[in-house]
Amino acid sequence: MRTFLLYQRLLIKMNDLNDISLSEIIKLVKSKKISSLELANHFINNIEKGKKLNSFITTCFDQTIKDSKNFDKKQNFDGLLPGIPIAVKDLFCTKNIKTTAGSKILENFVPTYESTVTNNLWKEGAILLGKLNCDEFAMGSSNETSFFGNVINPLENNLVPGGSSGGSATALAASLTPATIGTDTGGSIRQPASFTGTVGLKPTYGLCSRWGIVAFASSLDQAGPMTKNVEDCALMLEAMSGYDKKDSTSINKKKENYSKNLNSSIKGIKIGIPKEYRVDNMPEEIEQLWKNGIDILKKSGAKIIDISLPHTKYALPTYYIVAPAEASSNLARYDGIKYGYRSKKGNNLIEMYEHTRAEGFGDEVKRRVLIGTYVLSSGYYDAYYLKAQKVRKLIKGDFDNSFKEVDAILTPSTPSSAFKIGEKANDPISMYLNDIFTVPVNLAGLPAISIPAGKDHKGHPLGLQLISKELKEQKILNIAFAMEKEINFKQSLNRWWE
Amino acid sequence: MPIDKNQVKKVAKLSRISLDDSKLESLSNDLISILNFVEQLNKLDTNEIKPLTSIIDKSLDTRDDSVSDGQIRDQILKNSPEKNEDFFIVPKVVD
Repeated sequence: MRTFLLYQRLLIKMNDLNDISLSEIIKLVKSKKISSLELANHFINNIEKGKKLNSFITTCFDQTIKDSKNFDKKQNFDGLLPGIPIAVKDLFCTKNIKTTAGSKILENFVPTYESTVTNNLWKEGAILLGKLNCDEFAMGSSNETSFFGNVINPLENNLVPGGSSGGSATALAASLTPATIGTDTGGSIRQPASFTGTVGLKPTYGLCSRWGIVAFASSLDQAGPMTKNVEDCALMLEAMSGYDKKDSTSINKKKENYSKNLNSSIKGIKIGIPKEYRVDNMPEEIEQLWKNGIDILKKSGAKIIDISLPHTKYALPTYYIVAPAEASSNLARYDGIKYGYRSKKGNNLIEMYEHTRAEGFGDEVKRRVLIGTYVLSSGYYDAYYLKAQKVRKLIKGDFDNSFKEVDAILTPSTPSSAFKIGEKANDPISMYLNDIFTVPVNLAGLPAISIPAGKDHKGHPLGLQLISKELKEQKILNIAFAMEKEINFKQSLNRWWE
Repeated sequence: MPIDKNQVKKVAKLSRISLDDSKLESLSNDLISILNFVEQLNKLDTNEIKPLTSIIDKSLDTRDDSVSDGQIRDQILKNSPEKNEDFFIVPKVVD
């Protein structure tokens, strides 16, 4: 018997753990074919060999090993993520483990509390591997604004992984973690997922608690899962979501069993195709990707309906008023007094604040704080902020109208595949245009998922996005599940970074 | 032009971010291009539209006004860059 077990374990190691999904790993743990400690050692080894990718800001391996040994001793397989080591975006506060939000101003911040979402993962049996790099305060679409340096896309060493959850996307695609979580304010989960050939879901606003997440734009921020396939995505969403009385915008409803209810039968389901997402200068291959997606849905028995979301083109300008306005208010707390970096310069309190924030924030964060302060300032509030909130109502109204007619909407996730490091770093507007297909969803508080759907002529992955009305995560997961089977996306990385 | 250099200086002051004169030019240009971009919204007539106030259809929860934690002074002070046993230390405010 003992020899048999050893033989089985050997087989698993030969069968590379890097190529299997979170759900398959969980099966191995539950059937005792692999221990939590063995898993922890595997991912720690991958992380140590993956330093070139710069996807981690902090690791906590001593704790990981201790927790996994503890799990193996107790052998409690009741949770959704039994003994599974997982790394998370460094925007989630983790008790006694440094949380930087990718900023110098929080370089040495060690929270004394745990975010609700990460706590939910630990309650399901998961174990922390470390904290993943991201754009500073989640402000960016390429992970180039991080104080801790840019993250490399595992596809090629000169490509960005997208952002702001770029460290999460890279660590996942490179198998430095079997699954991860990010946050999405304007596309920060879906765009990097699309750029790395992975799955990312932004839940309905209020489904996952925001408590303990470093705030960027509070009416837009949502945490969500990033995984290798749709089944894993359903499982992670199930683990992390749920009502939290500590978040006043948390939705009080019964937890759903997304993974158990996953069903790829989508016959008769109505899918809307919004004509406004056919933007100027959209590359032919994105158009083709979208058409292929439509064909797959038709083949699966879905009904395709042309729809209109007439205010789509106003979503980005609206976002770049609302998000900076909320950011400037949220980031007012970084004053160098209660926590975070403090400048040695300045002759009085006000000057100390000014130098602290000048030295502590990077350029993109400063731009957004200044824009936000300007659009909220006396004399300009009506022209910018109030106007934007009115247009936001129209954008939400477009979606509400569409969902009277269709169950879900299919669009491309991004207007291009991953771009080169430095390519857009000096032009804020061209960087912002990256989020053209993802931002409307945040403005309307809706759930959306990005799944890998094909590759461009360079062989880089491209994603398709499915959007549904509030709290219909199961619906888009099911459609994505059906599409995933048909698309059969494959990505083999030669692990050049090791 | 939606914003000039003097206004940028004023907004930096309001934002409590000290600004090097050497950076003023490029930062002003960035802000001008961002504001020009968002001014597309002026093409839209929104006179009859009520602004969005909440993205989810729920009223805020109420709770009892009671103490739920406390006695965590050390935790609160833990991350302060300058403190003594009981207080945050700040530069002199009153002469």
